[in-house]
Amino acid sequence: MTIAGPILMAILMIIPIWISLKDVDLQLVQVIDETYAFRDEFNNGATIRFDYSDENIVNAKFNFYDTKYTSLLYIPENAYSATGGIRLFHKKQPSQRTLNYINNVINDVIERDRIKLKYMISKEELIALKPKVNVMTINLDETGKEEKTHAILSMILGFGGAILIYFFIFLHGVQVMRGVIEEKVSRIVEVIISSVTPFELMLGKILGIAMVGLLQFILWIIFTAAIVGIAQQFIPDNLKKQINSAQQMEEFMPDAPAEDKSEEKSATMIKKIYQNISLINFPLILFSFLFYFLGGYLLYGAMFAAIGSAVDSEADTQQFMLPVTAPLILAFVLAQTVIANPDGAMAFWLSIIPFTSPIIMMVRIPFGVGVNEMLLSMGILVVSFIAVTWLAGKIYRTGILMHGKKASYKELWKWLFYKV
Amino acid sequence: MSFLEVNNVTKRYDGHVALSNVSLQVPRKSIFGLLGPNGAGKTSLIRIINQITGPDEGEVFLNKKKLSDTPSTLIGYLPEERGLYKKMKAGEQALYLAMLRGMDKHEAIVELRKWFEKLNLTDWWDNKVEDLSKGMAQKLQFIVTVLHKPKLLILDEPFSGFDPINTKLIKEEILKLSNKGTTVIFSTHNMESVEEICSSIALINKSKVILEGSVKDIKKQFSGNKLRLQFKGNMIAFTNAMWTGCELLSSSAEGDVHTVELKLLGNVTRKNFLDAVLPHIELVSLNEVIPSMNDIFIQAVNQYKEEGENA
Repeated sequence: MTIAGPILMAILMIIPIWISLKDVDLQLVQVIDETYAFRDEFNNGATIRFDYSDENIVNAKFNFYDTKYTSLLYIPENAYSATGGIRLFHKKQPSQRTLNYINNVINDVIERDRIKLKYMISKEELIALKPKVNVMTINLDETGKEEKTHAILSMILGFGGAILIYFFIFLHGVQVMRGVIEEKVSRIVEVIISSVTPFELMLGKILGIAMVGLLQFILWIIFTAAIVGIAQQFIPDNLKKQINSAQQMEEFMPDAPAEDKSEEKSATMIKKIYQNISLINFPLILFSFLFYFLGGYLLYGAMFAAIGSAVDSEADTQQFMLPVTAPLILAFVLAQTVIANPDGAMAFWLSIIPFTSPIIMMVRIPFGVGVNEMLLSMGILVVSFIAVTWLAGKIYRTGILMHGKKASYKELWKWLFYKV
Repeated sequence: MSFLEVNNVTKRYDGHVALSNVSLQVPRKSIFGLLGPNGAGKTSLIRIINQITGPDEGEVFLNKKKLSDTPSTLIGYLPEERGLYKKMKAGEQALYLAMLRGMDKHEAIVELRKWFEKLNLTDWWDNKVEDLSKGMAQKLQFIVTVLHKPKLLILDEPFSGFDPINTKLIKEEILKLSNKGTTVIFSTHNMESVEEICSSIALINKSKVILEGSVKDIKKQFSGNKLRLQFKGNMIAFTNAMWTGCELLSSSAEGDVHTVELKLLGNVTRKNFLDAVLPHIELVSLNEVIPSMNDIFIQAVNQYKEEGENA
């Protein structure tokens, strides 16, 4: 997995880009504009091209299937008064983006011409009048320090970190559990705990797997970055073209509303994100990632170890798995709500509860979290993992020596108080 | 003098008593059989000796020191259910477990090489345990148990799963270790091997020690002055000549050879008995009937049950 993991990750990252490059069907739109107002208003992009024709609409429709055009845009003479008459005939359903773009251009042109007619100003004057506002978000902290923020980048970072933590806890927690079951079933545990204490063995297993996981994680990052880097060498032309055309699009359609962004626009967004990377506090995010990564894993790892010690085979783990994994899954699901409102009451409380805090905090930290709140959350996590590890140790030391007895919750509760 | 002394140990688990006031003495350099039916409390006792659990009451002394003051490296333990880490290589795993028992790495490798050679495992050093046959894995586990030269060796069913050749091999190694001064506690249901190698035993039943001592003494205790003789002659004449001091237990005949088993009662000696019957028969053979450990085991456990029912 150490080697295969990054290759898999790289494939997961490259394939969507590759598909989006391959999958772009060139849209050829034949425009029959009886008003003559829309000539040169539609811009040709990397994936869409407009040809203006003076053909009669009836003929055009009749010949449509003999042409290379994928769709036929018909703007009737009376389009300015009866906008309902505008039609787009197509062979294959055009994408929503294409439709949006066409709608917006038509709306803009009609709006502009109506304004021009009423107030007698030129097209250039009108464009000059149009504002281009993009509100900059700035975090103002208590000390009066200002910090630029970038919501989308924060979201990507937060979610990415949360997903990694979620999978790390799950994968390695189950690995701890399997290890404990193996040792118990093979009875080798009896040999080992006559040399070390059960608590030492349990902690050793949890920490050992944490180190393996951490190392694996670091290797993943390095390998993935390397592979993605190499892979990018093979698609530079396409990507560059895309980014360039995206820039052109932006220049040509400065007044296009936000939702009008065609697929090229996303490339621009990525570019913007790269520009905004400098705004993110990376040392803080990396530190908190490692902290919650380990803290969350240690908390859950101890519980997984206790489950492993209580059963005789992996098949018996079901009844104990659900209550342990439920908060983890819940945190993951609620992360999407938290991201919408990273400073709300729910976000706060989920960051305080140690069973959900590793994932929720990861989502929130890129958006900025107060120092006090962070210290509180981290403190509670540390205290809880010590407490949970201690309790799990008590179940563990009894459980590993119990065979053939089906453990119930009542049983586990008793084990907490057994004298050894 | 005893190497391991268990004094009045009681261990309770939730709801039931695993060991009730158990005391026993394991003589130094002996091979001590720890016997008992399933669920009698043997494993609980072994776990206490291994310091895996502690007694609720009572004390255990090893080499005259409290158990808690002795290092675990003095003990080598082979649990009944065999198991090793399946994905680890044989040599690597043995080395790891040896170092866990306090051995120096270099010393451990040297010793392991010797043992692997001795038990024909050398070629398997770099194989994963899961690729070993069951017998080989058990040999590996035996090596791991004895490698650090423990003073006390606890073997729980060491021969189960071995073919006769390997059983012999392991038995010889156990005897060699015993000769070198290792005290061995040997827990088993296999009474034949008890007879073959144990010098003393303790029989635990329902959490109590019901029989303890040297194999010789116990056999004497259970032999009850029984004789088996074979003779040629008249069976009726024989029974008539028999003193009233004898109880005939069984008789059978094959051709003109009769085989009888009898018990001498009271103060009747073998000489009295022979003087009385010899004039009437032609003696073929005379043996003392020595009960097997198997019989003793069954008899002792049943006796204990009856006593329990009568009480």
